[in-house]
Amino acid sequence: MALALTSSVSLTGLTGNLIDVEVDISDGLPGYILLGLPDAALNESKDRVRAALVNSGEVWPNKKVTVSLSPAWLPKSGSAFDLPIAITLLMAQGQVPKDQPGVCIYLGELSLDGQVREVRGVLPAVLAAKKRGFQRALVPFKNFAEASCVSGIEVIAISSLSDALNYLRSGEVPESPEVISATDSDYFLDLCDVAGQLGARRALEIAAIGGHHLLFIGPPGTGKTMLAERIPSILPPLTEESILEVTAIHSIAGTLLDRELLSKLPPFVAPHHTTTAPAMIGGGAHAIRPGATSLAHEGVLFIDEAPECARGVLDSLRQPLESGSVTISRAVGSVTYPARFMLVLAANPCPCGRFSGRGRSCTCTQIAIRRYLQRLSGPLLDRIDIRVFVDSPSRIEMASDQLGESSEVVRQRVIDARAMADSRFSDCAWKLNSQIPPSQLRKRFRAEKLGMNFLHTELDNERLSARGFHKVLRISWSIADSNGHTIPNRDDVEAAFRLREGMELLA
Amino acid sequence: MGTKQLIGALGEDFVAKYLVAKNYEILDRNWRIKEGEIDLVAISEHGVVVFIEVKTRTSFAFGHPLEAITREKAYRLQRLALAWLTIHHRWGFEYRIDAAAVLISKGEKFEIDYRIAVL
Repeated sequence: MALALTSSVSLTGLTGNLIDVEVDISDGLPGYILLGLPDAALNESKDRVRAALVNSGEVWPNKKVTVSLSPAWLPKSGSAFDLPIAITLLMAQGQVPKDQPGVCIYLGELSLDGQVREVRGVLPAVLAAKKRGFQRALVPFKNFAEASCVSGIEVIAISSLSDALNYLRSGEVPESPEVISATDSDYFLDLCDVAGQLGARRALEIAAIGGHHLLFIGPPGTGKTMLAERIPSILPPLTEESILEVTAIHSIAGTLLDRELLSKLPPFVAPHHTTTAPAMIGGGAHAIRPGATSLAHEGVLFIDEAPECARGVLDSLRQPLESGSVTISRAVGSVTYPARFMLVLAANPCPCGRFSGRGRSCTCTQIAIRRYLQRLSGPLLDRIDIRVFVDSPSRIEMASDQLGESSEVVRQRVIDARAMADSRFSDCAWKLNSQIPPSQLRKRFRAEKLGMNFLHTELDNERLSARGFHKVLRISWSIADSNGHTIPNRDDVEAAFRLREGMELLA
Repeated sequence: MGTKQLIGALGEDFVAKYLVAKNYEILDRNWRIKEGEIDLVAISEHGVVVFIEVKTRTSFAFGHPLEAITREKAYRLQRLALAWLTIHHRWGFEYRIDAAAVLISKGEKFEIDYRIAVL
């Protein structure tokens, strides 16, 4: 009876499940049976493991090999089990000393020549192992950097199966790659590139302070995309906790290479307007992958040409906007990913795009113009606080050789303003001005009397709806924070009211 | 007899001798019906009827000989075994199916890998 056991991790969303990899080698016809609900990639592991073993100079047992991945009811996917299966097989044959249970986890895909390839989701897997008291993780060389973000667990980088076996036989630790940690200076885009657009800049700053969602309306080529791309550079850097969370999501999505590891820069994700709902919120048949909303977690989700989006796609954003997470259900199970992001939509004012200023070059009919922005559904617009009209910069602005304020200056102001909000909300369940519930807005977080009077007058004149009333109040708190006022005064409220310009187009 | 058949017969002879040395009695050899062929049938000293599939090779370069027994071939063996038992009025006897791999290397050296109860 030849039997051995090691541990590995399988992921459901961001949650790591500990998996026991058991191998039994018995007499009988040579064969390989894999138990424990494997998907296609995992079922192919047999041929990879066999070739890798033989090409690493190890013996393949010409016996009946039974591999069991337990818990058996949990569907497992991916190729990360290749390494643990190969190692357990050799342990069962007595080629490698057996493992102490509960000490070490193994992750890695094998190539036919015995090299260990990188896999997805190493960071959350190692994190889960550490929480369960594991002391060591053998991970692919290329995943070493992300795995080493987890403190309190020894991470060993493995570049080939022979490396791993050599380590298990002699305890000789293979060389690890050098980890270059991210710096603060990884802001590539700067707000000072934008000429003019003082109004839009101010709106960006207010949105960044309060975490308000934004809608840019303007003709093509006026800088909507340029402005949106620079939002991450004025947001406060990510906190330790959110860095790990964001990195884990990108690790699962396999997009970690596009993003500097452990970057403090909030992510910026810009899905194309023809994107599908599964790509937007996450999905997939075998393994449920995070979508654009989760990739933008703690950062900015920017949708250009928003009215061109399929309606269902934009409306699928409502759940994440509401709850800060998305739950996706498929045949293999249901998965929840965090998805707390700042939504930035950009739209042309009309189908031809030239309706601005006096709108003289616009060729659209009145009805077409009115219908165009109505493609954005009411409930979605309901969640967008700030609407900005972005028009072409004037000749004076374009001619000026003075650069605008740099992102660094604006970011510092945003950080200071958020600190004010933080101390105000110390006993509340929310952290940002955009999250104040309506009841609290009318009771605890009112503006100054004059400001409230102004709002009530606008309400009387039917220039403001009840919904708009709350939004203006929330924005005025952000403006007050920005101006250093402890409570929004009449000017703050009026400025907030003006930040909803572009409204008349959405009547 | 061609070389292949000769090698096969040599292997089967060797397995038969191996079994006799272990107190088995050989009941039948190369029993053939339309469905296929059973290489060896033997009975153990405890009265268990044993059907043996013999695979003989001169080299393992093409993989382990027993890997050549695919799932379909295993099922066919099972059916043949039951047919043999029926025809020889041994229905209800305890039986099992074994597999033997024989390697004939240079200098007429024989190596045997005998697997009991493979199905």
